[in-house]
Amino acid sequence: MFIAATIAVLAALTLTVSRAILGPTVFDRVLAGNSVGTLAILLLAVVGFLTGRPEWLDIALTYALLNIIGTLAVLKFFRYGDLAYDDEDGA
Amino acid sequence: MVSFIQGVLLTLLAAVTIAIVRQRNLFGVVILAGIYSFLMASVMIVLDAVDVAMTEASVGAGISTVVLLAALYLTGSREYPSAHTAAVPLFVSAVTAVALIWGTNELPRFGLADAPIHRHVAPSYLEASAKHEMPPNVVTAVLADFRGYDTLGETTVIFTGGVGVMLLLRGRRKRLKSGKEGKEGRA
Repeated sequence: MFIAATIAVLAALTLTVSRAILGPTVFDRVLAGNSVGTLAILLLAVVGFLTGRPEWLDIALTYALLNIIGTLAVLKFFRYGDLAYDDEDGA
Repeated sequence: MVSFIQGVLLTLLAAVTIAIVRQRNLFGVVILAGIYSFLMASVMIVLDAVDVAMTEASVGAGISTVVLLAALYLTGSREYPSAHTAAVPLFVSAVTAVALIWGTNELPRFGLADAPIHRHVAPSYLEASAKHEMPPNVVTAVLADFRGYDTLGETTVIFTGGVGVMLLLRGRRKRLKSGKEGKEGRA
């Protein structure tokens, strides 16, 4: 079962990466980058179970946190061009 | 199974690398570089190096993406085609690649228990970390306990570098702000 799940994750990874490479707009690529992060988390979890080390699930959770912060940073930069953007500053 | 996963991941890595080289929109390049880092982290996970994968994902996909985006904001996001031909760099890369692949022939096989790296200091690390009740993960014990002074030195260097960059950027921002106010005052 884990083998089937691994193959499914790898197939999804291939599709996502091809979208990131072909993607006509920047937002296709941002979305594909975020999905690659999610699929890397899934792959980490599945490979952990496949090789008999389910404790990798904790590391997968940390990855998920990293991924959401990274995507938020990218989108904030794209919108404001600054990470420390503040409305009161009027910058 | 593991070699199959590695094969798929390395193929995707090669595809992403070619796409990075051919891409002219630098914003797309930054995103593709982040994808490259995530794929590389997955390769390291499959190779059992979860701690290295963690570093790769946080530094490669996280911090450097943000730093590169900050640089893009200050410059343009369009790359001009190079005026030189790619023949000499291609030749140098090919020669280096051949030398590296030739060099791997001499290395002991991956994961071999009696490779030189596992025979000299590794057993004493294992014994001492059990004796002194260090963290159960020996890699963490080596990094945080045995090489404690080394890690302290590294963090000091990085901290000093960060403080220096922050001081430089802060001075620049203040000057920009006071310049703006001066102009407004005159107007």
